[in-house]
Amino acid sequence: MSQQNEIGLELKGLSKVLGGRVIIDNLDLQVKKGEMVSLLGPSGCGKTTTLRMIAGFLIPDNGTVTLAGKDVTTIGPEKRPSAMVFQNYALWPHMTVFKNVAYPLKVRKVNKAEIEKRVHDVLGVVNLMHHKDSRPAQISGGEQQRVALARALVQEPDILLLDEPLSNLDAKLRVKVREDIRDLQRRLGITTVIVTHDQDEALSISDRIAVMKEGKIEQFSTPEDIYNKPATEYVANFIGSLNRYEGSYSNGQISTGSDVVGVRPEDVTFDSKNSAGAVEATVSLVVPRGHFHEVYLKAQ
Amino acid sequence: MANEVQPLNLHTKSWSVKIILAIFSILMLILVVGPLVWLAVHAFATEWKFPSYKPTGLTLEWFRKVFEVQALKEAMKSSFIISPIVVLVSAVICLPAAYASARYNYWGRRTFLIMMFSANAFPKIGLFATIATLYYFLNLMGTIVGVIIVQVLGTIIYMTWIPAAAFASVPKNLEEAARDAGASKFRVFRTITLRMAMPGILVAMVMSFIYAFDEAQGTFLVGAPNIYTMPTAMYAIVETYPIQVTAVFSILLTIPSVLLIGLARKHIIGGQLAEGFQIK
Repeated sequence: MSQQNEIGLELKGLSKVLGGRVIIDNLDLQVKKGEMVSLLGPSGCGKTTTLRMIAGFLIPDNGTVTLAGKDVTTIGPEKRPSAMVFQNYALWPHMTVFKNVAYPLKVRKVNKAEIEKRVHDVLGVVNLMHHKDSRPAQISGGEQQRVALARALVQEPDILLLDEPLSNLDAKLRVKVREDIRDLQRRLGITTVIVTHDQDEALSISDRIAVMKEGKIEQFSTPEDIYNKPATEYVANFIGSLNRYEGSYSNGQISTGSDVVGVRPEDVTFDSKNSAGAVEATVSLVVPRGHFHEVYLKAQ
Repeated sequence: MANEVQPLNLHTKSWSVKIILAIFSILMLILVVGPLVWLAVHAFATEWKFPSYKPTGLTLEWFRKVFEVQALKEAMKSSFIISPIVVLVSAVICLPAAYASARYNYWGRRTFLIMMFSANAFPKIGLFATIATLYYFLNLMGTIVGVIIVQVLGTIIYMTWIPAAAFASVPKNLEEAARDAGASKFRVFRTITLRMAMPGILVAMVMSFIYAFDEAQGTFLVGAPNIYTMPTAMYAIVETYPIQVTAVFSILLTIPSVLLIGLARKHIIGGQLAEGFQIK
């Protein structure tokens, strides 16, 4: 398939200083067409700044932004082939759901009949036809989120940008909406960049994850790789929990040494103290977590 | 439990408290509505003099009189011409300043906004007297332009502060979302920012209109004897006509304000301000 090799988004040598602080430091990123990529990191790591440079709300000090083969580094957000879903949805309270979704088409001077058709289509996709004449204040948070998504999708953008799209939803809805978004993204084959600080969200929704730290990408790989083969201790720590040992690892054994060894909790097995590679420990706390228990151990 | 807080509930209040509240409510009502009733009765009364508790008869004679006198008709005409112009001029000058103050953190922004108060902070008569001296020099004495400038001065405070707050309350990401949707900066301003700040701007316009329509001191000082508006014509009426004509003129003077407040109230309470700009 040719699509696999086509580039949807390319960031090259991107840098940005804001308020005298280096926010983004010589960042490179390549997203394939139709791919869904997460920018994952703690607050202040520069993930939102990166997204805002892709959307066009910020102009980078250095480097280039290429969307669908076109250099857009210095052009305004209104001329970019990208559409963004904002963290708090940013729906216009004085317009109905229909008018919110129709706005991007109206601005582009699409004729009335076509606007009507495309808005109806996309409202059908996000399952909101029954609310088309409601005001944003009259519908629930999850529905507002879908309106925001519809407003982005109706533009048929080359690239979809999602800024923490699930952070304002309650836990249960979050899982449902993230599956919906993933499903929709796959069906439409739309290149997507999603900013999140939630590792579960990133792991479950992305083709690839870019883990960010202090304005740089620490590791950029598939969820499996990020989890099983973290490139740095920072990545290993940020994704999932980790038992950390100072020592060397060889043949299934940890011995004294100057390296750092990380062991995922689910890889720890219980055995007699005489077995090879065993570390003697006592149980200090057991936390029931539903379908599993979290067991805290204290090494002797 | 001893420390339980009693909820304040008017329905369970004792009779004595209820009676005191009722008395104060009635006093308040008399204070607010009383003068208006007095005005209204006078406007239609043939004569009503102390100690009689009701007028001798009712008539529309005084309304006819007001619309008969050429000078009063002129005053009404100038009022209805000058006040809307004052509101427009004030809006053209102040709205960009209000927008800038809400959206950009320029040097001296705070000072600028506080200085808007200066025209209202000092006794106006002093300000007007000084302006009059300037006007003689600029040949603006007794001209419409002169009167408009004097009235605009007083409306600046409303037209800057209220719209500035309205513009500031429009979340920035709503503007960004419109840019992202493909709208130019001007279109974003027109369809999102201005539209959402409109209730605040309307309030400012209504208050400016009421101020301009009611302004007498400055208008009299720089306008008379060439230009009389309704409030300044009032000075002459009080001196020359029976009190009933004054009452009629007062009522005419109140009508636009009451109408405007009524309209604005419907628009603002029923509009999106009531929906509370519900953005989390």
